[in-house]
Amino acid sequence: MIQEVTVLSGKGGTGKTSLVASFAALAENKVMVDCDVDAADLHLILKPEVKETNDFYGLNEYLINKDICIECGKCEELCRFDAIDNFQIDGLYCEGCGICFLACPVSAIETKERVCGQWFISKTEYGPLVHAKLGIAQENSGKLVAEVRKAAKKMAQKKGIPLVITDGSPGIGCPVIASLSGTNLVLIVTEPTVSGAHDLERILDLCAHFKIKSLVCINKFDLNLKKTREIKELCKERSVEVVGKINYDSIFTEALIKGVPVVEFSDGETSRRIKSLWGNLYNKLSS
Amino acid sequence: MIISIASGKGGTGKTTIATNLAFSLARKGHNLQLLDCDVEEPNAHIFIKPEVEIREPVFFNVPQIDEEKCTYCGECAKICAYNALFVTKGKVMLFPQLCHSCGGCSYFCPQNAISEIGHEIGEIQAGSAYGIEFAYGKLNIGEIVAPPLIKKLKKRIDENKVVIIDAPPGTSCPVIEAVKGSDFCLLVTEPTPFGLNDLKLAVEMLKVLKVPFAILINRWNEEYFEIDSYCKKENIPIIMRIPLERKIAEIYSEGNLFSKELPEWQDKFCKLFNSIEGLRK
Amino acid sequence: MKIAISSTGNDLSSQVDPRFGRCQGFIIFDSETSKFEYLPNEAINAAGGAGIKAAQLVVDNGAKVVITGSIGPNAFNVLAGAGIDIYGGVTGTVQSVIDNYKAGKLQKVNQATNGPGAKGNI
Repeated sequence: MIQEVTVLSGKGGTGKTSLVASFAALAENKVMVDCDVDAADLHLILKPEVKETNDFYGLNEYLINKDICIECGKCEELCRFDAIDNFQIDGLYCEGCGICFLACPVSAIETKERVCGQWFISKTEYGPLVHAKLGIAQENSGKLVAEVRKAAKKMAQKKGIPLVITDGSPGIGCPVIASLSGTNLVLIVTEPTVSGAHDLERILDLCAHFKIKSLVCINKFDLNLKKTREIKELCKERSVEVVGKINYDSIFTEALIKGVPVVEFSDGETSRRIKSLWGNLYNKLSS
Repeated sequence: MIISIASGKGGTGKTTIATNLAFSLARKGHNLQLLDCDVEEPNAHIFIKPEVEIREPVFFNVPQIDEEKCTYCGECAKICAYNALFVTKGKVMLFPQLCHSCGGCSYFCPQNAISEIGHEIGEIQAGSAYGIEFAYGKLNIGEIVAPPLIKKLKKRIDENKVVIIDAPPGTSCPVIEAVKGSDFCLLVTEPTPFGLNDLKLAVEMLKVLKVPFAILINRWNEEYFEIDSYCKKENIPIIMRIPLERKIAEIYSEGNLFSKELPEWQDKFCKLFNSIEGLRK
Repeated sequence: MKIAISSTGNDLSSQVDPRFGRCQGFIIFDSETSKFEYLPNEAINAAGGAGIKAAQLVVDNGAKVVITGSIGPNAFNVLAGAGIDIYGGVTGTVQSVIDNYKAGKLQKVNQATNGPGAKGNI
């Protein structure tokens, strides 16, 4: 049985990817997945060598053929996305429903497939990585996330790898839901700020909504000890365990600039705390 | 003028900049509107602390099938680009999470058996504080489609004011919905390889959207100069740097505005606004 | 009775495709006449709801039984709702799967076997 742990944060910039990169260095025999397909960063530390590239298709693209169009305006009238103006379709607004294509009385609208991103299977020093790149200004990132996770599970299955570690994306919407549904365990990385606590509650609600067990790690805990206590209280009330506290440390940035995981950059206090966090997390997975 | 505040990466300080800019400008007498379009994780209200005067639920239309009229011909499922409908003898199944509310099924149904019904996806809250007209959207937990809520929120835009839009992170649909139509976009980044990588994505997005932009480096520490080199090469102006200071981080952690507690920053934010106005010309 | 088997190719020697919604195609096998036809899967590149679309395809073609590797929750729900018997976790050639089905050796599935769940699968 393959276990999957998904790391989320609700709020961006809490240090999620830095921690995941350290987990990549600490965990043995696993597949790494980067589900932040909008703004993927994990590859900057894991430095993948791409082995396999796959196209990702989005909704079809539509174009009005000027030579056939009789300018009746039917398409513009029906389009709910305000994507048609002056007998032209703006790809940025078009959501690919195809109603214009179906409704055009003279069949002046053409359609074609649209590649809107790519996903990769790569080799890294820390084991296999499945990651993706969504085209600029494209939609369907939830679908791409689902695709990437599926590929990672399949690879784990084929190679007999027992663990998948997934770096999620910020927020609580479509890509996040696609990165947490069906996972075994969610680790939420938060920070002791009012915004951090606010977003933590929203993501805990989301995990509860999908009935997924969640754990919390407070990063930069010593930035505001009062807020750290409040977050611990909040977690206690909701019966969510705090499995780690990491200090506010500039070595996060230093390691990042060097392009290595924090635990490989230094073996000080912060690294010790990250190792203990991973240990706790791993025990929860196997128990 | 509509100024959106965006960044590819999350947590670079978009909300901090949007709220402090709004506060500083309002203090100097500008007529101001602030819209928090990060509807998945809205935070600006934490700092602005508005009195909420209006709460408005936002609905999204999904089809409703009149089983009396339906002949189970399957036309609706055939035309649905999102595969949100499934039809078999005596049964139509709808997957509202997949629906984009395009209206195609009701328009094309040969029996006129499909009407539309509102499905609540979130709410808009509006109010004011510090002379700022403020509104934000809040997506309901478990809902996936943020853009319709953002669209609804942007209907509140008052072009006679200086409008500041706090955009969500990333470069996909919700961000585009938030940023499109802006007169200017301020990209907030941090001096790390993550910041630079995601900044490049955001720059590509703005080129597609054809919105003029400039860069603000937050948590500037004089250690990482790759962003400077990139901006120089691409000819992108860096119009402000906010130093990495524990004091600013602490004020932020308490949910307060640092330009209120450290008033010397108000002039700096007003200068930032002047630079933006200058660049627009 | 018609049986739909997710397949990587267009004949009975093809391997069963482990995916349902995004399989290459379906072999529709008629157990009374032992004749079959191959249907390419239009849902393979669907941006969303591939399982639902693939299910619609097999139901429209009269299948009463679906045999595949793994099946997502949306596809499972619509097939079960349409009264289709679903057999999952199957590997091997289409021919061997048909033989096993006739011999009653396949395992019926009572819930979705994979997939990110209805809410995530957009």
